[in-house]
Amino acid sequence: MDLSSINPLVLLASIMVASTPIMLAAIGELVVEKAGVLNLGVEGMMITGAVCGFVVAVETGSPTLGFAGAALGGAVLALLFALLTQFLLANQTATGLALTLFGLGLSSLIGQNYVGIKAPPIATIRLPVLSDIPVIGPIAFRHDLMVYVSIALVGAVWAVLKYTRFGLILRAVGENHDAAHALGYKVVPIRVAAIVFGGACAGLGGAYISLIRVPQWTQGMTAGAGWIALAIVVFASWRAWRVLLGAYLFGGVTVLQLNLQAAGVNIPVVYLSMLPYLVTILVLVIMSANRSRTALGAPGALGRTFHASQ
Amino acid sequence: MRGALLAVDGITKAYPGVIANDHVSFSVAPGEVHALLGENGAGKSTLVKMIYGLVRPDAGAMQWNGAPYAPASPHVARQTGVAMVFQHFSLFEALNVAENVALGMENPPAMRELAGRIRTVSERYGLPLDPNRLVGELSAGERQRVEIIRCLLQEPRLLIMDEPTSVLTPQEVEILFETLKKLSTEGTAILYISHKLEEIRTLCDEATILRQGKVVGTCEPARKSARDLAEMMVGQALNIPTRQTGEPGEVVLEITGLSLASENPFGTALTDVNLTVRAGEVIGIGGVAGNGQDELLGALSGELPGVPTAIRLKGQDIGHLGPGQRRALGLLAAPEERLGHAAAPDMSLTENAALTGTVRERLADRGFMNWRRARSFAEAIIADFDVRTPGPENAARALSGGNLQKFVIGREVLQRPEVLVVNQPTWGVDASAAADIRQALLDLAHKGTAVVCISQDLDELMEISDRFAALNEGRLSAPRPTKGLSVEEIGLMMGGAHGLEAAHVPA
Amino acid sequence: MFRLEKRPAPSRAWTAATPVLAVLLTMLAGGALFAFLGTDPVAAIRTIFWDPIFGEFAFYYRGQLLVKAAPLILIAIGLSLGFRAGIWNIGAEGQYIIGAISGAALGLAFYPTENRLIFPAMVIAGAFGGWAWAMIPAILRTRFNTNEILVSLMLVYVAEAILASVSSGLLRNPDGMGFPGSRNFSDYPAAHNDFLIESAGVHWGVIAALIAVVFGHVLLNRHLLGFHIRLTGQAPRAARFAGVNPSLLVVVCLGISGALAGLAGLFEVSGPAGQISIDFNSNYGFTAIIVAFLGRLNPIGVMLAGLLMALTYVGGDAAASTLGLPAAAIQLLQGMLLFFLLAVDVLSNYRIRPGKREAA
Repeated sequence: MDLSSINPLVLLASIMVASTPIMLAAIGELVVEKAGVLNLGVEGMMITGAVCGFVVAVETGSPTLGFAGAALGGAVLALLFALLTQFLLANQTATGLALTLFGLGLSSLIGQNYVGIKAPPIATIRLPVLSDIPVIGPIAFRHDLMVYVSIALVGAVWAVLKYTRFGLILRAVGENHDAAHALGYKVVPIRVAAIVFGGACAGLGGAYISLIRVPQWTQGMTAGAGWIALAIVVFASWRAWRVLLGAYLFGGVTVLQLNLQAAGVNIPVVYLSMLPYLVTILVLVIMSANRSRTALGAPGALGRTFHASQ
Repeated sequence: MRGALLAVDGITKAYPGVIANDHVSFSVAPGEVHALLGENGAGKSTLVKMIYGLVRPDAGAMQWNGAPYAPASPHVARQTGVAMVFQHFSLFEALNVAENVALGMENPPAMRELAGRIRTVSERYGLPLDPNRLVGELSAGERQRVEIIRCLLQEPRLLIMDEPTSVLTPQEVEILFETLKKLSTEGTAILYISHKLEEIRTLCDEATILRQGKVVGTCEPARKSARDLAEMMVGQALNIPTRQTGEPGEVVLEITGLSLASENPFGTALTDVNLTVRAGEVIGIGGVAGNGQDELLGALSGELPGVPTAIRLKGQDIGHLGPGQRRALGLLAAPEERLGHAAAPDMSLTENAALTGTVRERLADRGFMNWRRARSFAEAIIADFDVRTPGPENAARALSGGNLQKFVIGREVLQRPEVLVVNQPTWGVDASAAADIRQALLDLAHKGTAVVCISQDLDELMEISDRFAALNEGRLSAPRPTKGLSVEEIGLMMGGAHGLEAAHVPA
Repeated sequence: MFRLEKRPAPSRAWTAATPVLAVLLTMLAGGALFAFLGTDPVAAIRTIFWDPIFGEFAFYYRGQLLVKAAPLILIAIGLSLGFRAGIWNIGAEGQYIIGAISGAALGLAFYPTENRLIFPAMVIAGAFGGWAWAMIPAILRTRFNTNEILVSLMLVYVAEAILASVSSGLLRNPDGMGFPGSRNFSDYPAAHNDFLIESAGVHWGVIAALIAVVFGHVLLNRHLLGFHIRLTGQAPRAARFAGVNPSLLVVVCLGISGALAGLAGLFEVSGPAGQISIDFNSNYGFTAIIVAFLGRLNPIGVMLAGLLMALTYVGGDAAASTLGLPAAAIQLLQGMLLFFLLAVDVLSNYRIRPGKREAA
């Protein structure tokens, strides 16, 4: 065992990288759930985003275009979910599962000729001055743009939900769609918009894995990150800034177990590699044990189908 | 029609299988309080939804101040000057008062300014409200205040109120009427929807009476008797339930010190509820919605089990038993919500008969269902309670409210209960079905069953109950004999005006 | 534009017709996909859906059909009970893996003893393993109100980690020259789930699947518990009012589906797969979700749907070898099937009418 091989600065910096995909997917899903829709297809949208982003980036040589393609891929898949649940009134749980199964199949088909290729490199942005601050500089200010974009996105979602009229209407639709409808708000279009936004975010999160984190394409490479993102929304009690916290927690666990494996700690690899999933379960148990708190956090109409009858 | 603010002319709206409005015409002048009177299902709600822009008419036209008026959405209606207080509130429990108000306004000011205006307006009309409280924590009466304030802040020319008093105590009703009269003197027209005749006689200048979607008459309600209005509304003389008085028998149900936390985060906890019920008597439990009615039914039906000794049936502790065990002992119940609680909407009537009948009607043999017996039980309910349906294989959701309610009550009555607890037995039911249901409850009591009737309809409770108690914030008042009880006293048992004073309103 | 109008009662005709319609739509969309991939769509559809049953080499494929269908049906019967009650066990893959490991471990522990009781004991151990794995989400849900969807799914990844570990550790074949993977059960007759009728592909798992279908059918239609399961799914409040104990139902439904998934895993590992290896599981636990929905959560329907899904596996393999169709295309086809099914499902509860929607 050689724990001294773990450099705390690098460890903390890599936590920021490891948490970015989950953060992106979770903040998107938070908006979807705030609008009263439960989309269990995050994993499917992430993996689709991962492959779309990778293919576009490889073909064009531009990671930026890759991320745009990933957002688009995730959004298109989400649109399918919106069509089924909002217009054809399909069960949201079943449709979410279908989306995941479909996304896994679609991504391996699209990506079958791209296995083993390396993604085009991405520039790290060293924020001037800030990145030269000792300790904090290397941890927080020497990352690629997407790390900052994801944090900014969390802030933006928080501000929009809390301070804008649109955010208020979105929360109202998620809380009680019948009342929102009676007041004249267009429940279905608002939900479709939220679902598409969630899909785009999940797509970005997926592409972050295939373009930056790994960076190459392998089948099923999201390995449950989408499901963990769903758990983070519960962990966050549907509050935007807590998504940040949750993502760092899970990023931390993932990075820590990888570092411990690399350092050859005397814990069998099997326990280390199941750690992120066990922590997810543990966190879910803690968050849900207090029933009143979960009930207060969850949007009132979450997962319920809306149909304006009479 | 001189100076009508809103004129409705020949409005027609059909839904599959039912014509909700059939060439309806009427008009409202500025400052007029106009009643739309009709039974459940007469088409009142559809009509006002068209005025509010939620539903578009199939035919007919409306005019606003003489100009054509065809609102494409509630936003247009609000901009024109129409505001509406909904029967089932259009409120958001997890949002605060100010946010709820903002959602009902077209161009709300910034939150801080809005909070100030809510305080000012609510005090001016004697309806105090704290803009920062969560709506989920408010009582039913306070929630209605939120809806009213939301309307008043927009300075509407026409205020629609859909069954506003069903959630208020008599004292609160008085305060509401003061507010409405003040508004009407200020020139606001009010369209007041109700099926409560006395209210309409005290408050309204004009009344349009609807029956099965058609206008069957107009009148000045103050000049008609309640009985005349009722006959116009129902179209026939109503049977008033008859009761044969008998001596109450043994004590069958004892509730002692029953306290129970609500499962719903915004629900009401029951606190130290005490009640004894004798065989053959009907106990009426009144109270405004949201004061613990659902919780009391759940505690008695066994859905929310608790301390064994809190509930005793014929001397046996049953407070910890579940619904099936209580049914076996003779304690039966019928909850308020028909679709989804008392009955499973997508299941057949046969299956719905088995929903509560399995134990007492022996519909299962060593765990295996006897569907033939279940079917004949369903057929018996349908025949005995005059349930209009093609047959027991039909889904519950295909039945009208009145027919399904007759099925639900009949299902329990036919199982010969020792104690029957019902919650809102005639809610949303047409008058003739309501009369049948009340008669069935009285007959059941006459045969020796103890009946506990939880209801928000005071007239109903006065009609059928021997003793009356009221639920207020999860506490039950001591029961008093119904005979000779005044509306004033009932109102005080229900919590009076909940600390409000009418004096704030300079009429 | 069109609008949807709720039917007064669900249409039975459409309930039965929608799966067929979904299959037809999938064939159409799948054909378009194959054409896009450069494969002759007609040939591909025929190779997948027709040849395995009626084609020249059907004698070979027909046997494969039951081999693939049995685990799918076993798992999907269990899942459909839970789905009916609104209990979403989507971690059947994990229960399948753990069931296989438990049963296989028991069998391998007795190697090379020959005793007729070994295989039955493995079956029990397999069912127990799956059951125990499913009890984790069941207990967390009933005790702590934790979402069973996420927990059961997370446990799939945990199970996969365990599988990876035991196949190269605890259960590794000591005579395998260090390669990962356990002993092969075909070399151990007492523990081998051999074919009973080789030409038809019938092994003990097929018999178990048939029994499960009958059991599921009787349970749902004739038994009080089945009535309570259906009631809970359709109207949870009404179910509580009827006297159903929701916690008990969670434990029962997750328990049955876990045990059936564990059984499926055991029959697979001791028969067709032959050994515990890092990738012996082939996503049956997830595909069974599609089977359960396609079968309308009805045991007879699940049986038919399981056979159809097996056909896509067998036919997909054939199309891969003869037409060079990528394996992922079949996976996509299966996903599409579920999508189309959910989409056309609207017809059983709503009528589609021309005309504008209400001011929504």
